[in-house]
Amino acid sequence: MLDASVLPPLLLTFKVATLATALAALPAVCLARLAQVRDFPGRDVVDAVLTLPMVLPPTVLGYYIIVVLGRRGIIGSWLWDAFGVTIMFTWQGAVVAAAVVAFPLVYRSARAAFEGVDGNLENAARTLGASETAIFLRVSFPLALRGVVAGVVLALARAMGEFGATLMVAGNLPGKTQTLSLAVYSATQAGNDALANELVLLISVACVALLVFVARIVKPKA
Amino acid sequence: MRIVVDIQKTYCCGGREFHLNAAFAVTGNRAVLFGASGSGKTLTLRALAGLLRPDSGSISVDGRVFFDSAQGLFVPPRLRRIGYVFQDYALFPHLTVRQNVAFGLSPLTGRLSPQAAEHVQKTLALFSIEGLADLRPARISGGQRQRVALARALVCEPDALLLDEPFSALDIPLRQKVRAELAGILSRLDIPLVMVTHDPADVAFFGGEVVRYGEGRVIDMHSAEDMRRSMVKVA
Repeated sequence: MLDASVLPPLLLTFKVATLATALAALPAVCLARLAQVRDFPGRDVVDAVLTLPMVLPPTVLGYYIIVVLGRRGIIGSWLWDAFGVTIMFTWQGAVVAAAVVAFPLVYRSARAAFEGVDGNLENAARTLGASETAIFLRVSFPLALRGVVAGVVLALARAMGEFGATLMVAGNLPGKTQTLSLAVYSATQAGNDALANELVLLISVACVALLVFVARIVKPKA
Repeated sequence: MRIVVDIQKTYCCGGREFHLNAAFAVTGNRAVLFGASGSGKTLTLRALAGLLRPDSGSISVDGRVFFDSAQGLFVPPRLRRIGYVFQDYALFPHLTVRQNVAFGLSPLTGRLSPQAAEHVQKTLALFSIEGLADLRPARISGGQRQRVALARALVCEPDALLLDEPFSALDIPLRQKVRAELAGILSRLDIPLVMVTHDPADVAFFGGEVVRYGEGRVIDMHSAEDMRRSMVKVA
């Protein structure tokens, strides 16, 4: 059966992916709504920047994270000087890397879902005396929920498979920051094909399960 | 009810410009904005409800100023107390009939007060939709949807009710029946009414003052009685 050395990267992957998705989801949904309802100059540029992590190479994202949160980074140096903490080479760093990569998946799905809500329903709520907050909570968000959940699940799958940015920010420390995808890389490099096979199979099954789940929730009820 | 409208709005879409330049005043309890589709009557109705902000002009209902570009005044729709029944009814698909009707009375968190719940129940009964209270809008018929939309608007006790092509979503055989039903309910409620329609049959049925629209402007105004006579002449 499963090799005992499979377990730590597997558990770490679930922990990192879940936390990263949670970290990315709330701001992604809020920004998606803002970008949809507020028309401000430069909205297209903001939209593009928020979508950027989806198209940039993960190594570039890793580099950006180091520039901002590294020990000599813009925010990272302050964190280090004031509190003596850094996310570099920690599992928290892996969470940040995975969150950045997963963010646009929630953002784009939520944006499309909000745009798919019939504007007349929101107008109807307005004429019934609802505030914009009430309209979001009682009409727009419930109606967009399917699309938002689909985006969150895709983000989770993406976070589970994150490799490049994680490697640059958190390194590849077995038992500490070595997630499943990093463990696959190490096992292959070390010529440990048996371990690599198990890991690859595990992550493939998990991702297929998530994608089937997404397909189920996105399909409208009969 | 006295409604005074004098609004201008320019739309540019796909290289074509549409100018809405509508001015009229009505005083009766019933008014019909009548004209072909694309003549600007629905835009006027949306401006009355506050769903559209004109470029310039003013709107007042019974002395309450809702919009005045000279003063930079724009009252948002939720503060206008104007009920609106949309052409496609715009019922909330994720809520039951009862929740739809209760929407305007429901607080953001928590439950309806007992008085509000009773008011909702009475309104459901008034529109004969108590039996559908726990169904979603997708499960009920077109005529029933219209009654839910009316109940939802009227449960908030608005100062006036706006109806946008209230019968166009219904099959023609059903229209006559629903018209009669609606007329019955509205005569009992005695609420000021503004209806948008392109169907002369609606005008004949509901009466009141008729504001005729064409190409974004008000062409002329008649009483429904005049219009019926002129129609007969044309026929």
